[in-house]
Amino acid sequence: MNFTLKIWRQKDAKSQGAFETYKVENISADTSFLEMLDILNNDLVHQGKEPVAFDHDCREGICGMCSLHIDGRAHGPGDGATTCQIYMRKFKDGATITIEPWRSAAFPVIKDLVVNRGAYDQILQAGGFVSVRTNSVPDGNAIPIAKADADESMDAAACVGCGACAATCKNGSAMLFVAARVSSLAKLPQGRVEGARRAKAMVAKMDELGFGNCTNTGACQAECPKQISIAHIARLNREFLSAKLDD
Amino acid sequence: MAFKLDAKIPAGALADKWSNHKAAIKVVSPANKRKLDIIIVGTGLGGASAAASLGELGYNVKVFCIQDSPRRAHSIAAQGGINAAKNYQNDNDSVYRLFYDTIKGGDYRAREANVYRLAEVSNLIIDQCVAQGVPFAREYGGLLANRSFGGAQVSRTFYARGQTGQQLLLGAYAALNKEIAAGSVKSYPRHEMLDIVIEDGEAKGIIARNLVTGEIERHGAHAVVIATGGYGNVFFLSTNAMASNGSAAFQCYRKGAGFANPCFTQIHPTCIPVHGDQQSKLTLMSESLRNDGRIWVPKKIEDVKAIRSGAKKPSDIAEEDRDYYLERRYPAFGNLVPRDVASRAAKERCDAGFGVNETGLAVFLDFKTAIERLGKEIIKQRYGNLFDMYEEITDVSPYEQPMQIFPAVHYTMGGIWVDYNLMTTIPGLYAIGEANFSDHGANRLGASALMQGLADGYFVLPYTIGDYLSKKIQAPKVKTDTKAFDEAEKSVKERIAKLLSINGKQSVDDIHKKLGHIMWENVGMARTKESLERAITEIQALRKEFWKDVKVVGKADDFNVELEKALRLADFLELGELMARDALNREESCGGHFRSEHQTEEGEALRHDDKFAYAAVWEYKGMDQAPEMTQEALDYEFTHRAQRNYKD
Repeated sequence: MNFTLKIWRQKDAKSQGAFETYKVENISADTSFLEMLDILNNDLVHQGKEPVAFDHDCREGICGMCSLHIDGRAHGPGDGATTCQIYMRKFKDGATITIEPWRSAAFPVIKDLVVNRGAYDQILQAGGFVSVRTNSVPDGNAIPIAKADADESMDAAACVGCGACAATCKNGSAMLFVAARVSSLAKLPQGRVEGARRAKAMVAKMDELGFGNCTNTGACQAECPKQISIAHIARLNREFLSAKLDD
Repeated sequence: MAFKLDAKIPAGALADKWSNHKAAIKVVSPANKRKLDIIIVGTGLGGASAAASLGELGYNVKVFCIQDSPRRAHSIAAQGGINAAKNYQNDNDSVYRLFYDTIKGGDYRAREANVYRLAEVSNLIIDQCVAQGVPFAREYGGLLANRSFGGAQVSRTFYARGQTGQQLLLGAYAALNKEIAAGSVKSYPRHEMLDIVIEDGEAKGIIARNLVTGEIERHGAHAVVIATGGYGNVFFLSTNAMASNGSAAFQCYRKGAGFANPCFTQIHPTCIPVHGDQQSKLTLMSESLRNDGRIWVPKKIEDVKAIRSGAKKPSDIAEEDRDYYLERRYPAFGNLVPRDVASRAAKERCDAGFGVNETGLAVFLDFKTAIERLGKEIIKQRYGNLFDMYEEITDVSPYEQPMQIFPAVHYTMGGIWVDYNLMTTIPGLYAIGEANFSDHGANRLGASALMQGLADGYFVLPYTIGDYLSKKIQAPKVKTDTKAFDEAEKSVKERIAKLLSINGKQSVDDIHKKLGHIMWENVGMARTKESLERAITEIQALRKEFWKDVKVVGKADDFNVELEKALRLADFLELGELMARDALNREESCGGHFRSEHQTEEGEALRHDDKFAYAAVWEYKGMDQAPEMTQEALDYEFTHRAQRNYKD
């Protein structure tokens, strides 16, 4: 298969970026999207040109490192997959493919397609944990948890922190990311103890870092590679409101 | 000068050693902990759990990772589960049984005392993770669920769907975040350690490169902990993440730390087979699939040909014409034999011409029987995400046709030599998790890597490091304007300048692929004297080629992925040779190390305990010099070393 690639190139955070056009040829349909970029980059190196910088690591859809906006969609075509899980058979032979970094004020571009997602770490540092010390804990079976609750907690905990939700949201809101953590812990007795404090602290940090507000468009859910439901946002809102009412 | 190795194994009965040791080692008072600095390199299960626990204790911790967030370390990709000796299933599991299975699974090439301690603290890990809010799978009664993994006849593996590594790492990362918020830990993402600094024979800090700006930084500390995982990417194609590398460990080796059993590599039996030559990475299919999946190839060679040509589908092959070769050869463990055994058995069938895809390098993993027995819905609940991933990659639905699988490089049991305290041969330098060599012998059992990473980080290192640091309570802050730091920084900068100046014709990946090919063909699943000698010669030649002909574009003071890869490949080109040398020295077969010259009549690994019941600890002597080997004898006081038997 052959493709024309329009790729965002940007020297660093301070420079202006622009699209550049590249051709890749003889790509097997079984090649992954990122392998296709590996092939392009190897060609560029042979030509003495700087390869396209993009984030990636595990290539199994779990580390959350890959973060490409492909043809206007976070993580490209197909639902419930990260960029690394997209295969070239999803594209038409001869297609022109546009590749951009996440577009979000809270995720500044570092270089080309690489952005800084440190804001997500900061939100979790504000309260996305259970305050237990190492070794100061009861037996694992001391707290029975209904299977349905554990399963729902796990649904939310599947978040890989890739940033697709905020990058997709027209308001640049990180609500789905925050909700996934708050909701996952809210469904477990271990997480309930600090529930009110957690919801308030994480929402406050999200606001402070320049993420926008949620207007329930549902775009985040549609583009989330782990298909995390906006029902968790509803739970976050409930947690947050009841915490505020108690103030 | 050979090493004077002292493993510092405590005296006493196996079950008392760790308790005795904890009672004997020194502790540091809270007031003094505040004065002591610790550097941790790597934020996987080992690094993150150690950083969180040490920060909590009151030490000043700096933690470094190459990813953009500590949460993305490669532990995140572990799928299947974590072992513990809880005996929640009432199937007669115990600390001793977990210890015994691990020692036997490692083919009697691990230390008894370390492995026993691992089994002993395994239960604490589950308690810890549950308390952190890790959403482990549960039964309808609300209690924790288990499943089985290879090399065990009990059900002791705890799991969170097919994402156990992710959930455990998010737990450790959350604990780390708690300490970052409290100010006890400072995090340095997108930073790569490029050298270890040794002063007066002790570890005093690291040289790191800021991967965004390219700036070379000095960081001093009273102790340094290496938690950077394994070096499987020396093979180019592996299940490791793209950036996983052996460089931090290799810098320690270069500066005098012993490197133990480098040839012990785990080849995982259930990975998606290689297609074409444009692949960058292999994908693992979790070992948990072997709970319900049955591995087979056709009995008749004409069926193999028909499947390869597309004339027949695998589902067309009648039950009596299928060779469920693991069930045939190993009736007692069946499809759940350890990984090394399953991988070799797949190789044996493919070598005999029964490989089921066009390359002849694939076998089937079939869920037909399980779907008939349990229904599609249950199978979907158990493995849905793995089935989806397989279909995404191959365009084949495992609900309809069996998966095609083949072994691939997955984990390295070898690593930096450590004593019982997890300290390397360099005082003040520690290695934990996959980066060290200590617990898995010549083969690691499934669901034990997560256990070891968290055991080291939560429950072992936080105690043992205190014994060393108790002697440093009077020591001032480590200064980084010393000669040792000057020299280390200078050598790092020279290395970078050299790589950027070569401007040859081959990309880093071109040469890495060549190295991978040499390693897989000669130092892979079966090794011989001839193949290993060939590997050494070829790697030496390739290393020369690299330093003359590599092309590294971009600049030193910039975000430069090609430079990062070149620095890592330079180390892989030495590490690969070390692995081949170690494999050449070890004239026996054990676990994942299979020397074709040493096998039983039935084709099983044949150990030579009289000659090789030791850990081979290598000492660096220079890039083109042969390293020197020192033996650490592995004395088995409590278990009888037997020929591993998974047949009955």
